[in-house]
Amino acid sequence: MVKIQIDGKEYLADPSKTIIEVARENGIHIPHFCWHPRLSVSGNCRMCLVEVEKAPKLVIACATRVADGMVVHTTNERVIKAREAIMEFLLINHPLDCPICDEAGECKLQDYAYKYSKGYSRFEEEKVRKPKRVALGPNVMLDVERCIMCSRCIRFCDEIAKTPQLVFTKRGDHVELTTAPGEILDNPYSMNVIELCPVGALTSRDFRFKARVWEMSATESVCRGCARGCNINIWVRNNEILRLTPRYNPEVNDYWMCDFGRLNTFKYVNSNERIKSPMINKEGELVEVSWEEAIANAAFKLKNFKKSEIAGIGSAFATNEDNYIFAKFVKQVLGSPNIDFMRHIIGKDDDLLIRADKTPNSLGAFAVGVSPGEKGMNFEQILEAIKSETIKCLYVLCDDIAISDDIINALSKIDCLIVNSPVKNNLTAIADIVFPSATYAEKDGTFTNFQGRVQRIRPAIATAEVDRALDGLSQSRLDKFGAPNDRWTKGTKIDARPTWRILVAIANAMNHKLKYNSAEEIFNEIASSVEAFRNLNYLIIGKKGALLNMNKIKYQKPVTV
Amino acid sequence: MNKVNRKVIRTEDLNFWQKLYIPEIIKGMKITIKQMFLPKFTRQYPEEKWNPPASFRGRPVLVEENGKERCVACGLCSRVCPALAIEVQASETELSKERYPVKFEINMLRCIFCGLCEEACPEEAIVMSKEYELTFFSQEEAIFGKDKLLMPKETLKDRLEFLRQYR
Repeated sequence: MVKIQIDGKEYLADPSKTIIEVARENGIHIPHFCWHPRLSVSGNCRMCLVEVEKAPKLVIACATRVADGMVVHTTNERVIKAREAIMEFLLINHPLDCPICDEAGECKLQDYAYKYSKGYSRFEEEKVRKPKRVALGPNVMLDVERCIMCSRCIRFCDEIAKTPQLVFTKRGDHVELTTAPGEILDNPYSMNVIELCPVGALTSRDFRFKARVWEMSATESVCRGCARGCNINIWVRNNEILRLTPRYNPEVNDYWMCDFGRLNTFKYVNSNERIKSPMINKEGELVEVSWEEAIANAAFKLKNFKKSEIAGIGSAFATNEDNYIFAKFVKQVLGSPNIDFMRHIIGKDDDLLIRADKTPNSLGAFAVGVSPGEKGMNFEQILEAIKSETIKCLYVLCDDIAISDDIINALSKIDCLIVNSPVKNNLTAIADIVFPSATYAEKDGTFTNFQGRVQRIRPAIATAEVDRALDGLSQSRLDKFGAPNDRWTKGTKIDARPTWRILVAIANAMNHKLKYNSAEEIFNEIASSVEAFRNLNYLIIGKKGALLNMNKIKYQKPVTV
Repeated sequence: MNKVNRKVIRTEDLNFWQKLYIPEIIKGMKITIKQMFLPKFTRQYPEEKWNPPASFRGRPVLVEENGKERCVACGLCSRVCPALAIEVQASETELSKERYPVKFEINMLRCIFCGLCEEACPEEAIVMSKEYELTFFSQEEAIFGKDKLLMPKETLKDRLEFLRQYR
């Protein structure tokens, strides 16, 4: 440890660290473009210039190691002047694109132009013209004019994604970012360069021009794309999810998330495939009915079967709370030990984030009791029993298990198939009773990732019975001030309910008194009754999650096929 | 019983003639009678329309140039609008401006004619027109879309020139 002085205050610092790192640890912000805590030091933007006493010139804080007795000034006149000069240089060839640029509002260059720039330009010559609207790959759009040559994206591809796909060509103010010969930017993590890019040079093709960033609200949640459970922000405008962005969590996903999760895990929430109301199969056709009728009908049908004729399929896409109530419902209310959930193992784990297990909660579903009870059947055995017609009634939770003709044929033999599902799929088509269930973006709850880390999800989208303001959802300015006759506050609200509430309603209709008012209440019960969850609550889980006691779980890791 | 103490504050005391009242009334009547013989200013509205000066802030409109709106859907007018009257939805166009408003709606029931949208606009694409006649039969009718908002540049010449003085 060495002693250094920054802006008149003494700090103890690790001599292997650079000035910018030590300053950051102590809450001092040194402006920077090219430096990033997870990337190698490049030192080309010159924005982090600081004064070190006894050094002849200003030094860049990102590439200067701290040394004993070092005296650093980050806000004196010399440094401020240097910053203004650097900003002036960077802005010389930066186009005045802010009105058409998707980055506007979350742009580092824009922010720094306000904070560290003079506020006017002395440059009267023509700006250098470069190509605009260049598709670098399937997901990322490049505007070469806006690039400030910080090389963060290049270093990300080389060092984090380990796919060297981007390079600089030419020299001086003609430098252009482009893909390496014969390559396109198509690695599974390519869209992280969008957040890394401090300007609007790299933008999302999917989100392109959909909304301005200040129109949306952000809700902290967890990605449902695989067992990693990357921390995300869900960006919503007018009750519609427009994009997902990674949220920093050093224990799970660091600063990153994969393109699959970013693009393919939210569109179903606002799709036309959503089920709008409970449905009952009347004479071979699914008819929309009221909640009361569907719940009474389900309770009536479930009573007609012997305990051994009933089975339940939980879901690794549902929350811990949903699965806990489901396990309780099947084992105690219906009295059947036949309960399990379907594994979705596709491909292999990779070295960065992506997991072969494509569900966000398989470990959690198992841990809260969605596993065969005494003499109960597992998933494969349940399917066999359906084929041999010993299981006549099946309740399936939020998971499209009808993925092969074999399973569809087996399920069509069943007398009573009750399904909770947010969207129409192969399974709901052959179901007898369908309940519209809330998606992960519409409810409170927790997922347990493959490490055994319990993480919170929060509602970002309001369903029919939810009011954004009254129920504490995050609100954008438009949500706050919109009146009922404004078109931008109407947004579609779907009449879906969290799965646990549907199950509790059915149990009550069957004269089993289950009483829960919130997901948190259920979680507190899990914490007191399931050994692995002991001592956890929503407060402890917080923003970054909390680990389960893994010694208490006899979970067999799903085998990679 | 409860005597209220009120102090009359008068900056100037009435003089004798003012206290008499009659001469003051005659003074007033003189002005009235004089007006009866002066030329009339009554405008036969709506038969006779008023043409406001360039500084007038009528309803905001979008400037149309070569058959296309100038607007790039940056949303600054929408952000700055204190009454939240403006809704913009951007989309991509083949034109060099890249972005255009696929939907641009102003709720004229919300609009307060403050002109901040015009001031915020980086493209001089939304300006205050001279139109002041706004009547609707329903709330929906009061939401003006691009069809009602687009106006050729030529018809807005006065306002555009007026704005140029202050740039």
